[in-house]
Amino acid sequence: MPVAVFFGCAFIAFGPALALFVFTIAREPLRVIILIAGAFFWLLSLLLSSLVWFIAVKASNPENVSLQKGLLIFGAVFSVVLQEVFRFAYYRLLRKANEGLAAISEENLSPISVQQMAYVAGLGFGIMSGAFSMINILSDSLGPGTVGIYGDSQYYFITSAFMTMAMTLLHTFWGVVFFDGCEKRRWWVIAAVAALHLLVSGLSFLNPSYEGSLPPAYVIMVLMAAWAFFSSGGSLQTLTQVWMCKKNGVDSS
Amino acid sequence: TMDFMEIHQNNVSSEGAEPRRRTSESGERGRGETELNGQPPSARPIPATVTEDDEDEELTLKYGAKHVIMLFVPVTLCMVVVVATIKSVSFYTQNDGQQLIYTPFREDTETVGQRALNSILNAAIMISVIVVMTLVLVLLYKYRCYKVIHGWLFISSLLLLFFFSFIYLGEVFKTYNVAMDYFTLAVIIWNFGVVGMICIHWKGPLRLQQAYLIMISALMALVFIKYLPEWTSWLILAVISVYDLLAVLCPKGPLRILVETAQERNEPIFPALIYSSTMVWLVGMADNVETRKNNTSSSSEPENPASPGQQSEDDGGFTSAWVGQQQQQLGNLQSTEESRREVQQMPSARPPADPADDEERGVKLGLGDFIFYSMLVGKASATASGDWNTTLACFVAILIGLCLTLLLLAIFKKALPALPISITFGLVFYFATDNLVRPFMDQLALHQFYI
Repeated sequence: MPVAVFFGCAFIAFGPALALFVFTIAREPLRVIILIAGAFFWLLSLLLSSLVWFIAVKASNPENVSLQKGLLIFGAVFSVVLQEVFRFAYYRLLRKANEGLAAISEENLSPISVQQMAYVAGLGFGIMSGAFSMINILSDSLGPGTVGIYGDSQYYFITSAFMTMAMTLLHTFWGVVFFDGCEKRRWWVIAAVAALHLLVSGLSFLNPSYEGSLPPAYVIMVLMAAWAFFSSGGSLQTLTQVWMCKKNGVDSS
Repeated sequence: TMDFMEIHQNNVSSEGAEPRRRTSESGERGRGETELNGQPPSARPIPATVTEDDEDEELTLKYGAKHVIMLFVPVTLCMVVVVATIKSVSFYTQNDGQQLIYTPFREDTETVGQRALNSILNAAIMISVIVVMTLVLVLLYKYRCYKVIHGWLFISSLLLLFFFSFIYLGEVFKTYNVAMDYFTLAVIIWNFGVVGMICIHWKGPLRLQQAYLIMISALMALVFIKYLPEWTSWLILAVISVYDLLAVLCPKGPLRILVETAQERNEPIFPALIYSSTMVWLVGMADNVETRKNNTSSSSEPENPASPGQQSEDDGGFTSAWVGQQQQQLGNLQSTEESRREVQQMPSARPPADPADDEERGVKLGLGDFIFYSMLVGKASATASGDWNTTLACFVAILIGLCLTLLLLAIFKKALPALPISITFGLVFYFATDNLVRPFMDQLALHQFYI
């Protein structure tokens, strides 16, 4: 049974990300590098925010449970803000790198477009975020045990898996929309992405009443998918063409 | 070890340089030859060099990403093997009380101060052993005692491929409770070892050779993880990156001397610890076979188990020198004058074989780098209480360090050590993740908050 839970949750949480990686990223070396660098940037943001949280916790009274929970919430919110800041920093870095690549190449065309970089960067953030949230839980699920034996929710593993999948895909879409907003200098887009990230994260504070956190997260994910699709040049026309299996020049990834 | 990715001063990095530039450049060095590559130097057009520069730079960057991935994959594989072994086979995380003779001081002392002192002493002893061995190696090479070095490398690869893999296999069987008789085991080990020796020291399929190199790097890293106590190993990692930096970049650094000696002599070095991502085939070169043989033979070398530290150090020296030599070789045939003229007579526009050559021209990374990267990640997974998060963070940090090192390589086009940046990132992320991120993520997971 534990092995079943392990594989089930692993595939739920990482299946889409793995598929995206294998089919769109694995073959292109430059995209792999951008992916790993994106993961690195997310990691940096996490490091800084956990440093801040750690200092706050050490400076406070460890006995006071509600204070600790408050500090945790503060830490989570700060982490979200910092992630978006690092996303912006990564955007700036990628722009510079893109210009460099374009200058060096033969036809003055960069081998990769900003939208592709946005997608890959978002996926990098998402994969790292998902991995950090889920891997320890997965390794625990392999061992013997009873979930929720002390009165906690029995659905801990499966809800974690679903939430992780949502977060991974959300980061991808946020990356696309964020970079698009930066490119077109629409700052409200950036604010909207940050606000949505805060919203999803904030909804997770309602756990373990999963009705409040999971379905809204998935609704937001679908909305973000649509937004990302349209902002990267897709349209209903291209969608129908995909359905009709017609070859089209527009790459809406 | 001090293995590093080296770019010969004259040569553009192995990432997509063109042979013509190397030929002309290495020809210009002269080296006491009256005829430079069979043509007087004035025949070489000056503007061509400039365009070569741009095109080389473009080629370098165009092929840079591909070669970074060519290194990411083996490094990742090595780390995966090490982490998988650490997590499943408990032998390598058990404290048997044994330690290497180079780290005589024990770390299970009563006070923290005593432990710190012991680990510093251990690290100091290990590093001085490594420095001494590197110097011995440079001296041996300088005074042309090739047979000694050859024999030593041969014996160490023998020990690694047979003895260490026998121990490893034994422990794996113990972990999974597999019943195995000695006859079958003997046959397996014999075949594994002999094929390994052939692939490493002579010729073999490229993928098999790469697989063997990854396996022996992983074995060596596991030995280090088992026998080096905790604080000692972190200190050794830190000090070795500093030493790597100094040995490669300082004018009097032993590795630099080794490389320069190899360049002066214009000769191939014996098989050393180096992972190469491709075979080098140069169209129209007379010593195709010899180049290939040198490439294959130099692609691996196990470490002497009795002296792991110094071995890796020596191999590091070999590696860099060998790399330099290999780069040298690609452009400058050290065999015959005819082949040199042959190359020179290739059409002056970039030869059509070039793209193929660029594709074929892979990157090389010393096995010592593999060993220390895997040792860091393995130690992180063995000792960190944050478990997988720490391992993952170190893994990403090392890959990014490798990427940055390759970028610097492409920019500066000279010999660079591969250890410092990656190990620094790895160490920083290990300690930061283990102490700061782990409690934060634990608390978040406890409440099921998501960030």
